Amino acid sequence: MENTLNNTSGKYLLELQDVCVSYAAGKNAVNKVSAGMESNTITAIMGPSGCGKSTLLRAINRMHELYPNIQTTGKILLKGEDVLKMNPMKVRRMAGMVFQQPNPFPTMSIYDNVIAGYKLNGIRLKRSEKDEIVETSLQNVGLWDEVKDTMTKKGSFLSGGQQQRLCIARALALKPELLLMDEPTSALDPISTNRIEELLLELKKQFTIVIVTHNMSQAARISDYSMFMYLGDLVEYDTTKQMFTKPKDKRTEDYLTGVFG
Amino acid sequence: MKLFSTIKFRLGVDKAFFGIICFFSFLTMIPLFVILWELFRKGYKQINLNFFTEVAPTSMDAMLARMGHESIPGGILNGLTGSLLIVAVAILIAIPIGIMVGIYLADNQKSKFSGIIRYLTDLIQGTPSIVIGIIAYAWCVKPLHSYSAFAGSVALAIMMLPLVIRSTEETLKMLPGTLKESGLALGASYTSVVLQILLPSAFGGLFTGILLAISRIMGETAPLMLTALGASIVNWDIMKPTSSIPLLIWEFYNDPNLVDLIWSSSLLLLLIILTLNLTAKSIASRWKIH
Repeated sequence: MENTLNNTSGKYLLELQDVCVSYAAGKNAVNKVSAGMESNTITAIMGPSGCGKSTLLRAINRMHELYPNIQTTGKILLKGEDVLKMNPMKVRRMAGMVFQQPNPFPTMSIYDNVIAGYKLNGIRLKRSEKDEIVETSLQNVGLWDEVKDTMTKKGSFLSGGQQQRLCIARALALKPELLLMDEPTSALDPISTNRIEELLLELKKQFTIVIVTHNMSQAARISDYSMFMYLGDLVEYDTTKQMFTKPKDKRTEDYLTGVFG
Repeated sequence: MKLFSTIKFRLGVDKAFFGIICFFSFLTMIPLFVILWELFRKGYKQINLNFFTEVAPTSMDAMLARMGHESIPGGILNGLTGSLLIVAVAILIAIPIGIMVGIYLADNQKSKFSGIIRYLTDLIQGTPSIVIGIIAYAWCVKPLHSYSAFAGSVALAIMMLPLVIRSTEETLKMLPGTLKESGLALGASYTSVVLQILLPSAFGGLFTGILLAISRIMGETAPLMLTALGASIVNWDIMKPTSSIPLLIWEFYNDPNLVDLIWSSSLLLLLIILTLNLTAKSIASRWKIH
């Protein structure tokens, strides 16, 4: 599909070129997806279940490598460098990920959870540096005031929404270029969801966000750009406004108007 | 009317069947209490401070005490310290290996190699302990030209391994998969995810498995006869022959002058094992994955 957003190099923080992901040989779960994401934007990946949206997201930070039968081909350029040729640990530090289920590390305190990225990577920090990172990260996710007196408690004592914000803080602490979110609000109640959405709009000022969602209204509320995927193909990629008002493809229109989904 | 009586009959059968189930369930509780009662009744007199602070008496001392109608002097200190030493070294050998193999199995659930390892650990678990004793004899006692606590530890470590491996694997499999993914998503290496996230999260389960494995080998006698041999003194040198509680029980049993000591020693051994089991149970019930 031809589009001004596809395949023009240089101006994008993240660029996908003919990305294919297959779980079994000869059958692509993600089929030749090309797209570019600018800095400080939120891009929503939408589509019905099984369309390959999470699969595409997880290709970006190379999570697929945990499962040996999954193959990723094409080019994924992060700041001009091909992710598929980089050291996966470096990629994952540059592209933080937030999962569907809030999953703070159960044995660690709130403080240790935020700083976990540094600890796990063997990066030694002074106490004051650590304190600063923890405070900034928790302030970034609006959790600081709620937890600053209970830093030594385990993260699992927090509510679901707070846990998810803690997980976002944990990803932000490493100061990533990119934040990948895999349906981060689908396990949360509406109020927590709302808080996270507001938070993402705030975080956009510092970070670039790619979010997978099967909640269309969420995509409409928070994203600048939207991708619509169907059966592994990138059907349409455009500004959210354009896509929700004048979708170019019949399938996009059908999905957005609820003909299928 | 006939229908009604059939139903009545079937209800009666149900009741009888349920009664039989309850009866046999109750029956299985009896042996443990009978054993405990028997050991306590015959052994409690012997358990005093000396029992824990003195080594096993010689046959001669015991005979003289019996002739004078006094209680048998001495205790089982050499057995206690020996058991402690042998089991501790067995733990040091078996736990790192067992946990590492468990990690491999949990991470590579479907590989052929994992299947082979699982099968072999099952075989080790089914191997008679005396055979494992013979193996340890051939591996350690023969080449080192001496019976030793170390050889005993090797035998017990082999017996512990399957239990530690399986409990590690099962516990790690219970952890949510996202725990590992979220660690790796932070750019952490596999090693630090396993050591700093997965193992600490699984600690309760691992610890339970280890305690059960210890209680399992604590009472092993046969492999120690061929390896640790026994000793009449307190020995802390792992390269020398060493006693243990079950070995002492066996020695006492074979000496008409000392035979009265088997009750107190068995009581103590059983209490140690029961304590380990109960501790493991209580940790297992309190530990849960968030």
